Amino acid sequence: MSFTPFFALARRDIRLFFLDRRAVLMSFLAPILIGSFFGYIFGGSPKDEPASKIEVAAVNQDTTGISGKIVSSLTSESAFHVKPMSADEARTAVRSGKITVALVIPPGFADRAVGAFLRGFGQPQIQLLYDPSHGPELQMVRGILTQHVIEVVSREAFSGTDSAKYLDEAMREVNAAPVMDPAERTAIRRLLTDIGGLNQQQRGSLQSPMRAGFTMPYSVKEEAITARAGTPYNGMAHAFAGMAVQFILFMGIDAGLVVLAQRQTGLWKRLQAAPISRFTVIASRAFSAAGISALILTVVFGFARAVFNVRVEGSFPGFLGVCLAFSLMTAAFGLLVAVLGKTPEATRGMAILITLLLVMLGGSWIPAFLFPAWLQKLSFMVPTRWAVDGLEGMLWRGLGWDAAVGPILALLGFALLFGAIAIWRFRWETE
Amino acid sequence: MLEVTGLQKRYGSLTAVHEVSFTVYPGEMLGLLGPNGAGKTTTVSMIAGLLKPDAGEVRIGGGLVRRETDPVKRRMGLVPQDLALHDPLSARENLALFGALYGLSGTALRRAMDSALELAGLTDRAKDRVSTFSGGMKRRLNLAAALLHDPQILLLDEPTVGVDPQSRGAIFNNLEDLKRQGKTLVYTTHYMEEAERLCDRILIVDHGEVVANGTLESVRRLVPAMNLLEVEIENPGVNGWYGGLSAVAGVRSVECRGQTLHVTLHDLMRDTPDVLDWLASGGYRCSHLASQRADLETVFLTLTGRSVRNA
Repeated sequence: MSFTPFFALARRDIRLFFLDRRAVLMSFLAPILIGSFFGYIFGGSPKDEPASKIEVAAVNQDTTGISGKIVSSLTSESAFHVKPMSADEARTAVRSGKITVALVIPPGFADRAVGAFLRGFGQPQIQLLYDPSHGPELQMVRGILTQHVIEVVSREAFSGTDSAKYLDEAMREVNAAPVMDPAERTAIRRLLTDIGGLNQQQRGSLQSPMRAGFTMPYSVKEEAITARAGTPYNGMAHAFAGMAVQFILFMGIDAGLVVLAQRQTGLWKRLQAAPISRFTVIASRAFSAAGISALILTVVFGFARAVFNVRVEGSFPGFLGVCLAFSLMTAAFGLLVAVLGKTPEATRGMAILITLLLVMLGGSWIPAFLFPAWLQKLSFMVPTRWAVDGLEGMLWRGLGWDAAVGPILALLGFALLFGAIAIWRFRWETE
Repeated sequence: MLEVTGLQKRYGSLTAVHEVSFTVYPGEMLGLLGPNGAGKTTTVSMIAGLLKPDAGEVRIGGGLVRRETDPVKRRMGLVPQDLALHDPLSARENLALFGALYGLSGTALRRAMDSALELAGLTDRAKDRVSTFSGGMKRRLNLAAALLHDPQILLLDEPTVGVDPQSRGAIFNNLEDLKRQGKTLVYTTHYMEEAERLCDRILIVDHGEVVANGTLESVRRLVPAMNLLEVEIENPGVNGWYGGLSAVAGVRSVECRGQTLHVTLHDLMRDTPDVLDWLASGGYRCSHLASQRADLETVFLTLTGRSVRNA
């Protein structure tokens, strides 16, 4: 193979690519913009501002201090942004999407709640009005609300200023209960009496642990397992890996469509008439597409490094290997588009659809671990899954070279497969 | 020299080209004419190496093209009917690419590009994008691109389609220069006046077969009805006075309407003096003389049954 025409053709392809503003925008700017957006939405970079809070409306129709303490306790919760409202205002705000969940504390809630806590029946009801498009947030509000109500109510029952009153009321109800096992009645009366005695003893001691009422019996220490201790997770790494993969595949499609378009013009005849082999034409196209792909990866990850501090925490040679293997796979994918398509117009839509499926299955949009089990297994049949896994492994997971070998071999395998089909099905003649 | 022998191409049951043979010599331009679907483009494609013939061979300067990278292909240049240029690139960038396809590089490539740009009259626009060129400028560049590697044989497929008269004239001058330089030219066109002006020989194909092959004069003779001599006689004779003309060599038919004789000849130039001698010897005086010769359009129409412009 003569290298003069080879490099001339590759240089031509690269020059034409950079003269096409749309192609440049789609290949460089789009992954940066969309990657930044997705990264910001789904985790962001470590130095990002705090995550957004859940908008909660508190409708307190109870006049007691206990309900006020519940609302106050919720207000201190870092995950919530609590606004006091009337019931009507809360309903309107939820309907309009300004409030995610509104909790309505009914009149007499405190008395009934403490009583129910001590005797085990007659629980009052807190109404939750919620935006149905925010199901996960409802579950979160429900859990945190439970914790705060238990803490406040138990504190009032055991050590509050009105605890004696609540204990007396509970004792009366237990005594008056018409149907109760005598042994059980005796045990509850003894319990209430003991709580009353304990309460009296503790009145002077502010250090007593029981002053806090019931609390969570454990605390949680969370540790994100990333590349190494002290290196925070950078959500931008996944977003940039996914978007780079997606838009480089689009570039690969364009490379294939250019070949299809040239087949319809005299340019193809000039190539055929020249003393060059079809292998030179195919190889130069693959070379230029792989080069452009590598350049896009460099620019996109260079931007992510400079602006969002996305680092290659793992093996740098592994990262380069995955990038190179993916670039070759993209080039072969473009050739596949060129040989399987008939006209650019007829091929474009189908190629984009296939690419979007590959991207989706590869986990570029949402992480593959969210897929159903069968889909996760299926996703290993597409090259994009290996590319995204490989890039993520070398970026924020901080894995070593040995973890890059699998994705590199898989991507090279796909490149060989696509390339072999492309050479096999390549139609040199146009008539 | 270009030698085409027994070229054949079939697509299923359709025979696109059947036993086409011809030779074109250095310094000669062959006009390849034929209706659409006649096999003309297929023939050119097989000569240029774009299509593999089912049978027959093409010799370029005596050599056969045996594979895609055969150096013999360097002896030939192709000017495709479609503009084979990259619009976003400059004229110089286009030429650099096409030169490199033939292995040109460095000084040789620069010299070739300079010559090609000069030939196309585009030296001052060399760095401009082709997309800013007029149709005529593009056509000139399209031609120049095929000449970069100085081919001995040039295949031109409708090189003047959509060209303004000025650019067409420039292209004609270029082609005539190339002919004078001893290049071998094969020219496909729908413009009969172009073929008549430029081509030394004409090859007409129809239904995949050659129906006429020869010099312009010899092809014209294939339509004798149009080799017509009209002579107005001052003193015509009595009925049938012109009957003796039928015996004159080269006369195919004679008819007299009033005082005007309509004589159809085999060869207008060769046979006219004999007719005039016969009249003079009979004492008939000529007051006016006119002739009609078959043009290529008529030849084409007669041989293929179709007007070339509608073909």
